[in-house]
Amino acid sequence: MRHFYTSIFLVFILLTFGNSNIAIAQVDTFKFDTPEQQQRFRKLSDELRCPMCQNTNLSGSTGGVAEDLRREIHRMIVEGLTDADIEKFMFDRYGDFIFYKPRFRAETAFLWFAPILFLLLGFAAGYMVWRKSKLSAHQSASLDVGQLNRLNDLLDSKQ
Amino acid sequence: MNRFVFFVPVIAFFALALMLWQGLYLDTKALPSMLIDKPMPEFLLTTVDGDEVTNADLPEQAFLLNIWGSYCLPCLIEHPTFMRLAEEGEIPVVGVNYRDRQNLALNWLDDNGNPFEFSILDESGRFGIDLGVYGAPETYLVDGDGVIRYRHVSVLDESVWREEFMPAIAELRGGGSQ
Repeated sequence: MRHFYTSIFLVFILLTFGNSNIAIAQVDTFKFDTPEQQQRFRKLSDELRCPMCQNTNLSGSTGGVAEDLRREIHRMIVEGLTDADIEKFMFDRYGDFIFYKPRFRAETAFLWFAPILFLLLGFAAGYMVWRKSKLSAHQSASLDVGQLNRLNDLLDSKQ
Repeated sequence: MNRFVFFVPVIAFFALALMLWQGLYLDTKALPSMLIDKPMPEFLLTTVDGDEVTNADLPEQAFLLNIWGSYCLPCLIEHPTFMRLAEEGEIPVVGVNYRDRQNLALNWLDDNGNPFEFSILDESGRFGIDLGVYGAPETYLVDGDGVIRYRHVSVLDESVWREEFMPAIAELRGGGSQ
């Protein structure tokens, strides 16, 4: 049984951390001046989300708008725009949705802090349960003489 | 105090359940447009008939901007509504022929009828990107000053027209921007 749980756990770990590059990229025949530009293109089209298909990044999508956006990214990289410029271009047209990793802004703050908040709440709840159980265990082990007598009286009276 | 602590998980559960329950009914396809209350992007393109067209050619009153394509089946479903709106003169409709071919677009208009004042030819989809389009059909409501006021994603049928567009247009016209 322990092996079973261990393998389930490992599957979850794999699903969580291992799948960053499973999606198969669409093959475009874009020409770049430097390998560094090509690297930036890959990174951007991996991190930007296809607005039409919703669950694929630009590099993995066959959607028409994804094709157009890849072409625009290529154009902007070759024209010498920075990653920040390109991200702004995308944000101005498609909003936060386009980013798999949302920018940190007032509207997205909850998104970023919620996991930490929930973790702290979990710790707090765990601590309270632990403290309570410790407290009651401690109490039950230390009845004073008066309490013991009363307990015995009660038990006797029930018999 | 202890009683209250006991109810915290129950309350938390119901809050979460309510949130997820509402999530079931969210239309995840209808993304908010970034262009609401922003002017129409600048363009210098041609119509599907080959005439040069810019922002200056847009109607000077409120109008609909409909993104369509000959390949787009839902566009056929909403087509009768646009035909009616054009025939009855309710509101001018400008088309954007999105990621299509000019000859296919012209055939489509011949076959099905042309409700558009004119259709902007956007074969490359580049103008669509400036509008934040992600697929036909989409329909924008633009006011007389060329400012985008509303966007509807997917089919605009009679009920969408009545429930979403008519109130929005009434608000525009009542607001004295005409």
